[in-house]
Amino acid sequence: MLRLVRPGLHLARGHRALQAVPDTLVAALDRVVGSTNVSVSDAVRWQHGQDESIHPCCPPDVVVWPQNVEEVSTCARLCYEQHVPMIPFGTGTGLEGGVSAPQGGVCFDLSAMADVVVVHPEDQDATVQPGVTRSKLNHNIASYGLTFPVDPGADASLCGMVATKASGTNAVRYGTMRENTLNLEVVLADGRILNTAGKDRRARKSAAGYDLTSLFVGSEGTLGFITQATLHLHALPEGSMVAVCPFPSVRAAVDATVDILHSGVPIARIEFLDEAMMTACQQYSGLDVTKSPTLFLEFHGSQGSLRDQVKTTEDVVKDHGGMEFNWAQEQETKSKLWKARHDALYAVRSLRPGWKCYVTDVCVPISQLPDVILATQDDLKASGLVGPIVGHVGDGNFHCAVLSDPSETGSGETVHAFSTRLAERALAVGGTCTGEHGIGLGKRHLLSSEVGLTGIWAMSALKAALDSRGLMNPGKVI
Amino acid sequence: MALRVLVGVKRVIDYAVKVRVKPDKSGVVMDGVKHSMNPFCEIALEEAVRLKEKSLASEVIVVSCGPQQCQEVIRTALAIGADRGIHVEVSENDELGPLQVSKILAALVKKEDVGLVLLGKQAIDDDCNQTGQMTAGLLDWSQGTFVSEMTVEGEALKVVREVDGGLETVRLKLPSVITADLRLNEPRYATLPNIMKAKKKKLEVLKIKDLGVDVSPRFQVLSIDEPPQREAGVIVENTEELVEKLKEIGQI
Repeated sequence: MLRLVRPGLHLARGHRALQAVPDTLVAALDRVVGSTNVSVSDAVRWQHGQDESIHPCCPPDVVVWPQNVEEVSTCARLCYEQHVPMIPFGTGTGLEGGVSAPQGGVCFDLSAMADVVVVHPEDQDATVQPGVTRSKLNHNIASYGLTFPVDPGADASLCGMVATKASGTNAVRYGTMRENTLNLEVVLADGRILNTAGKDRRARKSAAGYDLTSLFVGSEGTLGFITQATLHLHALPEGSMVAVCPFPSVRAAVDATVDILHSGVPIARIEFLDEAMMTACQQYSGLDVTKSPTLFLEFHGSQGSLRDQVKTTEDVVKDHGGMEFNWAQEQETKSKLWKARHDALYAVRSLRPGWKCYVTDVCVPISQLPDVILATQDDLKASGLVGPIVGHVGDGNFHCAVLSDPSETGSGETVHAFSTRLAERALAVGGTCTGEHGIGLGKRHLLSSEVGLTGIWAMSALKAALDSRGLMNPGKVI
Repeated sequence: MALRVLVGVKRVIDYAVKVRVKPDKSGVVMDGVKHSMNPFCEIALEEAVRLKEKSLASEVIVVSCGPQQCQEVIRTALAIGADRGIHVEVSENDELGPLQVSKILAALVKKEDVGLVLLGKQAIDDDCNQTGQMTAGLLDWSQGTFVSEMTVEGEALKVVREVDGGLETVRLKLPSVITADLRLNEPRYATLPNIMKAKKKKLEVLKIKDLGVDVSPRFQVLSIDEPPQREAGVIVENTEELVEKLKEIGQI
C-alpha cells in the first residue's frame, strides 16, 4: 500500500482539506512519474503554492515532477479525466501569484526537464526545456558569442518567462519574450501535444495561419503547459558602456529619455530610478551616487559606434540639465552598477525590514510618463506610503515598490487602493495595468477595464476552446 | 617597457556539466560533452588583454596543448583579444600532465622571447595547481601564484596573493610566471563580431618534436571511480529509536 499520507496528519489547504484530488488519481500519477516524483508533503506543497508576490500561499494538493513531455501529457490526461485543476510551475519567481492554487489540484513542477535541447549558433536560435533558466542558457551560448538578452531580473525559467511575456531592462533594444519566441511545444489540458509553429520549425518569421505562438506567450499557464521553447538569440555586443546621469527633476530625466530615443541612439538599456530608490540603493549597495532622479544607461556597439552614441546622449543629457555623465567600460564597474539596479527590490525591503513589499507594473506611452510618475509620487505622499520607483523608461514601464507594515490594520487596503488608482491613471492615458508581470491572481478586475467587454469575451472564447473544462491554472487572468 | 606575454589556456569540460565516469572506469565521459576554456585561464587571458590595452604589453600570445579540438579555445582567446595563437598538437592518446606542459611552455618562452607568462592557478578537471610553479622552476623565473591583484612597476610586478592567512603582497623582478586566482578580474565574453574578426588572426600549429621536449608521462592513472551514491536516510519516530539505530550501525 502506498504510504503517501502520514496517518493522522491533517492536510489543510487554506480552509479545505485534501479532498480535491482523489487517492486513485494520486496513485495513477505515481505509476507514471515514479514515487520519488510525486509528493503530498506539507513542506513541498507550501513551497509550490507561492511565488515572489505578496499573494498568500495557496498550496496545491499534490506536486509531481514529470521527466519528459510524454509524462506531462499522460499526467495531464489523467487530471483532465478527473476534472482536477493543474498548475504549471517553473522557478516560482513570478510576481502575480501565478503558481498559487486557490482551487487546489496538481502542481506540475517542470524543473526536472532541464535540457538545452539544441543550439544553432549559425541561425541564432536555441531550444530549451522548462528547467533551463536564463543564466543557464546564457552560460551555454556565451562560447558562440551569443546571448539571450531578455532580463526580467530574477533568474527565471525561460518557459516561465514565455508564460508571463517577460521583458526587463533590455527590452527597449532587444524586445520582450514575444519578439524572441519562435516556436513552443505545449501540452494542452487534455494531454494533447501542440507545436505552435509546427514541430521543429524555427523560421525567423512566418505568415502561416493564426499566430498560436503569440497566443501562448503571456498566457500565464491558463492555456497549457509550455514544455519547450525555441528562442531567438542575439550577438553579444562588441563592446558595451554604462553611464549614470543624475537629473534635477523627474521630468528632466524622463524628457531626456524621450529625446535620447528620438535621436536614434540604439540605446540598449535605459533605466530610471527616483530619489527614494537612489537613496535605498546607495544604502544597500554602497554605490557612490547622488540622491536625485537618475538614469542608468547602457550602450552596445563597436568602439566607434559607442563613441558616437555616448556623444549624442551626453549632449541630450546636458540639454535637460543633467548634472553629471559618469560612464564606465570595465566589466567589474558595469556589473556592480547593474547588480545595484537589480537589487533594487531588496534595497527597498531593507528600508523597512519585516514589512511587505508590493511591486506595481504600469506601462504608458512615453510622452505620458512624467505626468504619471509625478502624480504617483504625489499619491504616495498623500497616502503616507513609502514607494521608491524604478522603471524601464525606454518602454514607458515603471515599478513602484510600495512598503506596508503587515501589523498595521488597513495597510493592505491602503496599498491596494493606491495601486488601483495607479492602474486607472495608466489606463486613462492609453496605457496598461501590467507591462510585464502579468494579470495573475490580483489584476483580473483591471483586465476588463483595459480590454473592454468584447476583449474579455474574445479571451474567454479562446480559453474555452483550448481548455473547455477550465482546469489550467484556474483563478488567473480570465 | 612593453612585455611580450604568453598565456596558457586549457580546454576542459564545462563547469556546469554533470561529469560521469565511463563504465570501464578508464576515465570520464568526454564525447558529446560541452567543453570550454578553463575559468582560471579566462581570468589570466583577461589580465593579459588589459595589459595590452594599457600598452604595458606589446603582444599577447595564447597557447594550448592537446588534440585538434584545442583550437576552439585558442580561437575564443583570439576573439577575446590575444594577438596570435599557438596550438601544440599531441595525439588523442598522449596524456599531458603539468610537468609536460611546463616543459612545453618553457621551450616556447625561449622560442618567442617572452617576458611574462600568465596562467590560471589550476585547471578544473585535474585541480593540479602545478603548471605555473613548475614552469617558473624550469625557467628559473620569479613566480606569483594565486594572484588577486597585479600592478606593473617598471621592471617589476607588485602582486597580491590570496593565501590561507589572508593577503600577501610581493614584489617580483621580471621576467615572471603569474597564476591567476578568482578575484583578479571579471573576464569579458568573446562577442560575435570579435569571433568573426579573430578568424583572420594567426594560429600556428606545432608538433612536440618541433620543440625538442620530452613529454613522456611520469605517472599512470590506475582507475577512476564516482564518489559513493548518497543513500536515503532513515526516518525514526523518536529519540529512543534514534539512539538504538546509531548503536546498530556502530556509531555509538
